[in-house]
Amino acid sequence: MTTKTTREITLPTEPFAVNIGPAHPSTHGVFRMLTTLDGEVILNMEPIFGYLHRGIEKLAEERTYGGCVPLTDRLDYLASMSNNLAYVLAVEKLAGIAVPERAEYIRVIMAELQRIASHLIAIGAFLNDCGAFMTPILYMLREREKILDLFDMVCGQRLTYNYMRVGGVSQDIPEEFAPALKKCLKEMPRWINEYEWLLKENEILLARAKGVGILTREMAINISASGPVLRASGVEWDIRRADPYSIYDRFEFDIPTGKAGDCYDRYRVRVEEMRQSLRILEQALKDLPAGEVRSEVPHLIRPPAGEAYSHIEAPRGDLGFYLVSDGSIAPYRFHVRAPTLINLTALNDMMRGWKVADLILIFGSIDICLAEVDR
Amino acid sequence: MTTALSGARIAKKFPEAVIESGADSLLLKAESLLEVAGYLKKTPGLDFDYLNYVTAVDYYDYFEVVYQLASIKHNHGLVLKVRCYDRQNPTLPSVVGIWRGADFQEREIYDLLGISFEGHPNLKRIVLWEGFEGHPLRKEFL
Repeated sequence: MTTKTTREITLPTEPFAVNIGPAHPSTHGVFRMLTTLDGEVILNMEPIFGYLHRGIEKLAEERTYGGCVPLTDRLDYLASMSNNLAYVLAVEKLAGIAVPERAEYIRVIMAELQRIASHLIAIGAFLNDCGAFMTPILYMLREREKILDLFDMVCGQRLTYNYMRVGGVSQDIPEEFAPALKKCLKEMPRWINEYEWLLKENEILLARAKGVGILTREMAINISASGPVLRASGVEWDIRRADPYSIYDRFEFDIPTGKAGDCYDRYRVRVEEMRQSLRILEQALKDLPAGEVRSEVPHLIRPPAGEAYSHIEAPRGDLGFYLVSDGSIAPYRFHVRAPTLINLTALNDMMRGWKVADLILIFGSIDICLAEVDR
Repeated sequence: MTTALSGARIAKKFPEAVIESGADSLLLKAESLLEVAGYLKKTPGLDFDYLNYVTAVDYYDYFEVVYQLASIKHNHGLVLKVRCYDRQNPTLPSVVGIWRGADFQEREIYDLLGISFEGHPNLKRIVLWEGFEGHPLRKEFL
């Protein structure tokens, strides 16, 4: 007779719900993820947001066209210049307003500086989520500070710029701006190379980010993803090239794309985009013409009844404004095509099957701004 | 540059479904939306695989839902519009089955304008809380 020395122990297991957020350091704002876990593996994740909903689309219906510009600052506050630009382009399209040549160049310079500043935060926060706590982001905040100084010079603000106006920009760049920008352009490639030296082939980063949170090309297109999220999945789609606005058809630049659509590719695309922005900045600064920076526009703009949609390649994706006018001084309908809201659509699919630690990373790699998601 | 695809070309194919066709837009009957949308996505040469955005406007007499489509392959665009005259219980078919990008945006329209989308997998409020009364982007709200 044989006796069984070890008994098979079977513990009953069941999936359980873990609530992450809304106030959690990794959620980049107030975002709640209701996850269902099997041990450490994510079975399902339901995104819940709206905690920052301020009703900007409704507020805009009570303001004049010019008065809506500060509201757009408060959408994606890490890229206020880009929001300003997208909005004024839509009003100019609606009302048929021309913009002086010099203002067009200044707008491009601001938008590209803003892209670098925003990507620095995106990459820094992503690395923070990877576990490289605070060191990389402090380097990147240091460099972002230089760009904020430039913005401070032109409009006196460091976060919500309110710089663009319908028909141009609020004021000309001061004399000291061009030399400061030149100095910045000279230093920036060195900063970017420094991060690359630290991080590009970093073994821990590769282990954490490569192959994690894959968004396939088909799904990226199907969920209407845009910006670095779409391009990291191998789709060469950049509004600056696909549907050029302002004067972007005059500049030479490449569109960096990824192959796998994983977290690492999204990170790489952002780094390369900063380099391309530097190329555009150099060309724009070289060709910057003299002249007016604002065309004659009435204080109260009354666009003819109708509708207009204009979109730009903002740092976080395809940012668009859909405006409907009834001929009065305030927009009848003011809709924002928020890229980060739409980029979140496939978050559940990207996270399913990965572990809780990867959840933080995948979420960070999308780079969202909750103020824009919730509006 | 994204070129606008003439609505007239699609209107010829669906004479029953199209109410009005413009230079870059089509006004459709609500019941034909899914049929035309499926055709636009799957037909070679059109390949509207990218739904740029969905939004809705309250015009007092009716709600107009606007779908801006694009094709990544051919880089052309088209705007679809559908009107909904019922203010008490506005309902439209959901396009989530064709373009998943409409998921959150249709929920947002449901939340803020109160238009229900039939066939949406998870139609509930998105930025406001459950139990909120009214739909703020409707003109009569404020």
